[in-house]
Amino acid sequence: MCTTCGCGDPELVPVELHEKILAGNDRAARHNREHFVASGVLALNLMGSPGSGKTALLEATARAAASKGWKLGAVSADLATDNDARRLERAGIPSKAITTGQACHLDAELVHRSLHDFPWQDTDVFFIENVGNLVCPAIYDLGQAANVVVLSVTEGEDKPLKYPVMFKAADLVLVTKCDLVPHLDVDLTQIHDAIARVMPRPRTIEVSARTGEGLEAWVAWLEELRARVSPRGSRSSGAHAHEHAHDHDHGHAHAHEHSHDGDPARSREDSHGHERAHAHLHGDRDHDR
Amino acid sequence: MHEYSLVEALVRRVEAEAKGRGAVAVHEISVRVGELSGVDPELFRTAYETFRAGTICEKAPLALAHVAASWSCPACRKPIARGAVLRCTACGEPARLDDGGDALMLDRIEMEVP
Repeated sequence: MCTTCGCGDPELVPVELHEKILAGNDRAARHNREHFVASGVLALNLMGSPGSGKTALLEATARAAASKGWKLGAVSADLATDNDARRLERAGIPSKAITTGQACHLDAELVHRSLHDFPWQDTDVFFIENVGNLVCPAIYDLGQAANVVVLSVTEGEDKPLKYPVMFKAADLVLVTKCDLVPHLDVDLTQIHDAIARVMPRPRTIEVSARTGEGLEAWVAWLEELRARVSPRGSRSSGAHAHEHAHDHDHGHAHAHEHSHDGDPARSREDSHGHERAHAHLHGDRDHDR
Repeated sequence: MHEYSLVEALVRRVEAEAKGRGAVAVHEISVRVGELSGVDPELFRTAYETFRAGTICEKAPLALAHVAASWSCPACRKPIARGAVLRCTACGEPARLDDGGDALMLDRIEMEVP
């Protein structure tokens, strides 16, 4: 009731919230991230248009990374069918399909549910193959360590300019199907120029799943990230480590986990948007005096 | 078309806030949408108009504030020209998105409390 004059009118209360609409998703993503980090699993969110070559890239990754001895795993999202997951299984990547029905993107909750009956903890590198879509998946944090955007050379050089939100969210852009370049009127320098106008720290690798071109650099990128996520390959067996947990194992692996918003591959200090917290693990020597 | 799932999250959040404060009605909700938020404001509005029926937001208009995206140098603050490469021409630093350019924010709910 109005308390000013006692007129009996109800009171209008303005409630200031200034809260992200995706706050609920971001909470779920943080939860996923804690799990991935605690288990030393490098989780990657793989996004790109339908037909950009996401699944073929993963198939080729299984071949290219075979010598590394990593255990790969994937969940693969599509509106319908589990075709991609079956393809990945055949390529030697234990996989599970997430059928989203009408949903055009994955969210953190969908990923979380998919983890429940999939042995993701046993993997070293875990791919979350998003729904083929260059728009909606970009704004949903899933708990990944990094976003990898797949852009094929057949899509047009100005694609990044048309979908800036996706490329702004990317940590790495894989330019795929490069074996087709001689057959197309496509100028790769224009693709890179477009990327530089939407991605402040452009990082790209040109690859071909068919010929294997560029896959070595892609595997090296994975290895670099993995070194930061996984404490020298040793898993925290059973111990449920959390962000900021200090694992005081006085052998030689003395790991400090720092979780902060930003980008895993670089120490970007941007404060905007996506809360992409990552654990960076530094060996003892980083801190030794 | 993720605008529907965003609007659903928005309306659920407003409902929870209204319930927590014992509100009987919601009169207006204010949302801020940045140019690089990944949301089309018109689609968002359409989704809201569809979704609010039968919810506590039924009679609450949606006030949408648009924020243009701009980039600047984190070191020397020099603005980056629209559409230019996202790197400062003066100091070579990668650009940083200015505040609000990717916001997707529930700013305010005006509610009726008996």
